[in-house]
Amino acid sequence: MAKTVLQVENLTKRYGNVEAIRGVSFEVQEGEVFGLLGPNGAGKTSTIEILEGLRTPDGGRVSVCGLDPQRNPEELKREIGATLQATSLPDKMRVLEALKLFATFYERRRSPEELLKRFGLAEKRNAFYSTLSGGQKQRLALAMALVNDPRVLFFDEPTAGLDPQVRREIYDVIEELRREKKTIVLTTHYIEEAERLCDRVAIVDHGKVIAQGTPRELKQRSGDTTRIEVRLAKPASEATLKGLDGVTDCHALDGAFILHCQRPPQAIVSLVKHLEAEGNELVNLEISTPSLEDVFIELTGRRLRD
Amino acid sequence: MKHFVTLASNRIRLTMRNKIFLFFTLLMPLGLFFLFAGIFAKGEPRMVTYLLGPIISLTVMGSFWGLSANLVMYREQGILRRFRLAPVTAADMLASSIAANYILTMPTVIIEMLLARWLFHVTQTGSLLSLAILVSVATISFAALGLIVASVTNSMQETQVICQIVWFALLFFSGATFPLPMLPRVVQHLAVFLPATYLVIGLQKAMLFGAGPWMLRVEITALAGWAILAFFISTQLFRWEPGEKVSSRGKLWAVATILPFLLLGAWESKYGHIQGQAKSAYQSVTAPEAAPGPPAEPAKRPR
Repeated sequence: MAKTVLQVENLTKRYGNVEAIRGVSFEVQEGEVFGLLGPNGAGKTSTIEILEGLRTPDGGRVSVCGLDPQRNPEELKREIGATLQATSLPDKMRVLEALKLFATFYERRRSPEELLKRFGLAEKRNAFYSTLSGGQKQRLALAMALVNDPRVLFFDEPTAGLDPQVRREIYDVIEELRREKKTIVLTTHYIEEAERLCDRVAIVDHGKVIAQGTPRELKQRSGDTTRIEVRLAKPASEATLKGLDGVTDCHALDGAFILHCQRPPQAIVSLVKHLEAEGNELVNLEISTPSLEDVFIELTGRRLRD
Repeated sequence: MKHFVTLASNRIRLTMRNKIFLFFTLLMPLGLFFLFAGIFAKGEPRMVTYLLGPIISLTVMGSFWGLSANLVMYREQGILRRFRLAPVTAADMLASSIAANYILTMPTVIIEMLLARWLFHVTQTGSLLSLAILVSVATISFAALGLIVASVTNSMQETQVICQIVWFALLFFSGATFPLPMLPRVVQHLAVFLPATYLVIGLQKAMLFGAGPWMLRVEITALAGWAILAFFISTQLFRWEPGEKVSSRGKLWAVATILPFLLLGAWESKYGHIQGQAKSAYQSVTAPEAAPGPPAEPAKRPR
């Protein structure tokens, strides 16, 4: 049985009149990659920054490596490593210099040289921070998070704002850490990231966890059906589409219809026949296997990225 | 404060790479030096010695500007947040920047003293011990003042505005630009409330009359006490996050910064002799001509 390294119970946080976190609870086991998936403003960053001891919770209980971030911030800082959002380093700080400086703050540390090599920054060792590309800055941030050989890692939106190719580079790095059985908590609003990197995912919306489990478990909840998204030339009703042969469920979303079906070919045939009879036309059709996005849409009636 | 030394040496290295900072810590003070010593004092050794008071004061006081801008920039860009994740305290961050500033400011003061000696033949520099003590406590206290300015402002623009106001007050109401006895009486009354006044006059007493540390105990204690208070206040006001606002308790603390010199000024206004001392220092360099014109004025003086 794996050890629980992180516990969050009924966490709440408000900013003025806004309730950013409304009773979030989850646990993370040792060696697990746990993802908080949700749209911007769902309370992910607030949650992760409370775990890091950077923000004060209003209610609930938090324990990281057996420590309370509020009561033992100094001990906690030695046990964790993190990448933040909205952060930076001085423009004229060199890559290796930054790693070495932060390494001196800890008693337990990893070799800055080795981290540079591992994160593909060896050639950039003497480059100023301001000259690095977005991907290089993020790789440096990841290397810096590892400088104290932490027991738990927190990555807040590790690939936000990076282009797809660079994003995949970062995935490779995080997957390597996953293979090493590092305990990682990450937040993301990218479906792909959560599905590819996380052992378990909590879907967060409006400050609440609305579903939790392995990506597979979550997808099974959405019926494990194929999803057909259609746009029609003329209006149609959800009810009639739902009644078509082969369609198990249907709902409207942003002017399109999402059909869930067990047998897609049959559903498409009956859909086309129906449209012909109605004098309606297909504008667009997309078929996809279920993803966490569908789980989110099913639970909230919205897309993840609005 | 375990990480104080590493942070300070890192800060020095970063600053040395910053050309703008070098301009403000080295070139601008030296420019002022040549303006004061070469033009205002017309190279006359005793007048140069007198004006070394304002020159060194301006060099040292400039600290607060750079430090406040730097701290605000670090906070706005989220650099402080990254440090906050590591086991580093606010006191580490603040003390290291004060120390780095001290180490970077001292060479300029030394260069000014050497240039005065080599180029303007200033051989009598009075009590070097007093000079060293005054310069040290002043550099630290003005740096701490900068950190307080950074802590009560929320953006770079605000910081620049406050710095301008503070800078001009220090510049024109303290005898740092024009000798105090030449200034209007209202300003002379205001001047006793400004730390810069005590610094300028303290330096002049040390260099012109060779006043030892004991004779300068009021100036030294006031500046040192202020340095300690200002540092303490800046740790209380310190904010890591760009989003955090100044608390009302924090604002009260910031106001407490002016207390020491408010009290000293009140005492000086009543019993003090600082204006008399300023006058005698001024007369000692203008006599025997006894023509107290502004040093900026081209008053004919035999060479």
